[in-house]
Amino acid sequence: MGTLLTPAFGTVFWATLSFLLALFILRKLAWGPILKALQDREESIQEALRSADKAREEMANLNSDNDRLLQEARSTRDAMLQESREMANKVVSDARAKAKEEASKEVELARGAIQIERKAAIAELKAEVAKLSIDIAERLLREELTESGKQKALVDKLIEESTLN
Amino acid sequence: MKEKLYSSIFYTLNIRTFASFFEQIYSMLTELPKRFAITALIILGGVNFVAAQTEGHGEVNNHNHSNHDTHDTQDAGHNSLDDGEHGDFVAKDFIIPHIADANEIHFFGDHHNGFSLPLPMVFYVEGKGFDLFMSSKFHGSHGTLTATGPNTGTVYIKHPDTGISSEGGESFYDISITKSVFGMMFIITLLVLMLRSMAKSYSKRPGQAPRGLANVLEPLVLFVRDDIAVPIIGKHKAGKFLPFLLTTFFFIVASNLLGLIPFIGGFNITGTIGVTVVLAFAVFFISTVNGNRNYWGHLFWPPGVPNLVKLLVVPIEVFGMFLKPTVLMIRLTANMTAGHIIILSFVSLVFIFNQNYGEIAGFGMGVFSTLFMIFMYFLELLVAFLQAYVFTLLAAIYFADATQEAHH
Repeated sequence: MGTLLTPAFGTVFWATLSFLLALFILRKLAWGPILKALQDREESIQEALRSADKAREEMANLNSDNDRLLQEARSTRDAMLQESREMANKVVSDARAKAKEEASKEVELARGAIQIERKAAIAELKAEVAKLSIDIAERLLREELTESGKQKALVDKLIEESTLN
Repeated sequence: MKEKLYSSIFYTLNIRTFASFFEQIYSMLTELPKRFAITALIILGGVNFVAAQTEGHGEVNNHNHSNHDTHDTQDAGHNSLDDGEHGDFVAKDFIIPHIADANEIHFFGDHHNGFSLPLPMVFYVEGKGFDLFMSSKFHGSHGTLTATGPNTGTVYIKHPDTGISSEGGESFYDISITKSVFGMMFIITLLVLMLRSMAKSYSKRPGQAPRGLANVLEPLVLFVRDDIAVPIIGKHKAGKFLPFLLTTFFFIVASNLLGLIPFIGGFNITGTIGVTVVLAFAVFFISTVNGNRNYWGHLFWPPGVPNLVKLLVVPIEVFGMFLKPTVLMIRLTANMTAGHIIILSFVSLVFIFNQNYGEIAGFGMGVFSTLFMIFMYFLELLVAFLQAYVFTLLAAIYFADATQEAHH
């Protein structure tokens, strides 16, 4: 049993030597590259996941952008429609107003013309009446100038009757 | 069922990587037809019995002639398990040589008509120089073997109980390549080759999923990194200790597994105290060298402890500093040796039953022992990983202790 529990010098010697050698060689040739490769791979996986997330986010952003653009276009279209409708209405109402104005102006002009015509007509009528009166007077004078009393009475009566406006 | 048992045990211990590793191994194993396994069980039981019988007879013959008995059973016979009237088979003398370190790799048979691979003997005699010869040079009888050093002429005497001494009383250093040293070198060569090819496969296919050997070993590397080093030592300091932790873990796992392979001479590398003392000392050395102010402060002047109590605490702490690696060493050695002892005890039972209760009892014991040994084998498979895990985990905890920053 003693050999089992006491470390033999030779075993310790070789074990130290070979273990240190193993540690050195494995550290240089195996663990360094292996651990580095594992870490690199993990990082690349992490990176890939991150970029996938980013792409997904961008896609979502893009989608929302699209939605926003569509919304904008829609509202722009609505606004344009509204505007054009308003403009059309305005044009129509403007035209209508203008037409009304023109019409009233015409009417006014016509009224003015009528007034002038009427005045002219009245003046003419007055002149005619005067002429007529003179004619009548002439005729009367011719007819009844023989009786001067009668004549005078007639003239008075005529003048009395012809009340000018 | 078995993989479920292993999985559940490992999942309970929160060792997911281990569980997946075992699941992979098990799924590989289940590809073999189950019939083959049953046949193998019966054949193994028979072989076990036959082996027991022949070796038992061999022992009897040796004993009767008692002229070239290398096991020296006569002296040990009285304080052994089997001190019945037959008294031929001594379990202790069967088990101890199988788990102890040796100067040759013994495959089968006894020392004279068996087959074993000699290993180089290296001696350094003070003032005379080195002696290098193969262990097959040892010759002799009655358990004591002698060999003469080719360079220094020193006569070396190998006694089964006291070990190797020199005839003329010269002091020498025995730096022979023993079975455990040979196994250790073999394991290290294997590890370097395997891990080098793993490293190469990463540089060959950068950033891609692992394949082949790298796929099998990667879970273990990740296990040591993500379940032992990083959570215990911390992300930034772990990198410094990872090469040591990984080397230790892989070395212990590989050595433990090598010890479980039958018919190759029964290696017991991690059950050899000379090997584990080096591992434990390395842990002690690294944690001592890396100890920061906080660590030493807590050791020699624990804060918040009354001065009188310090008189009591400080010696205990200092003693604990040495005790920790010692326990680490003993735990690994004892666990691995114990597993081998149990399996060998089941083999011994076949011998004992055969001799004491007849051949039918021996055959029955052969089947029974084989079943139990298979069970023990699976348990040992678990222990092989578990002990490597425990050793690495505790080493990481000691490193973390040594490098911890003050946080109060």
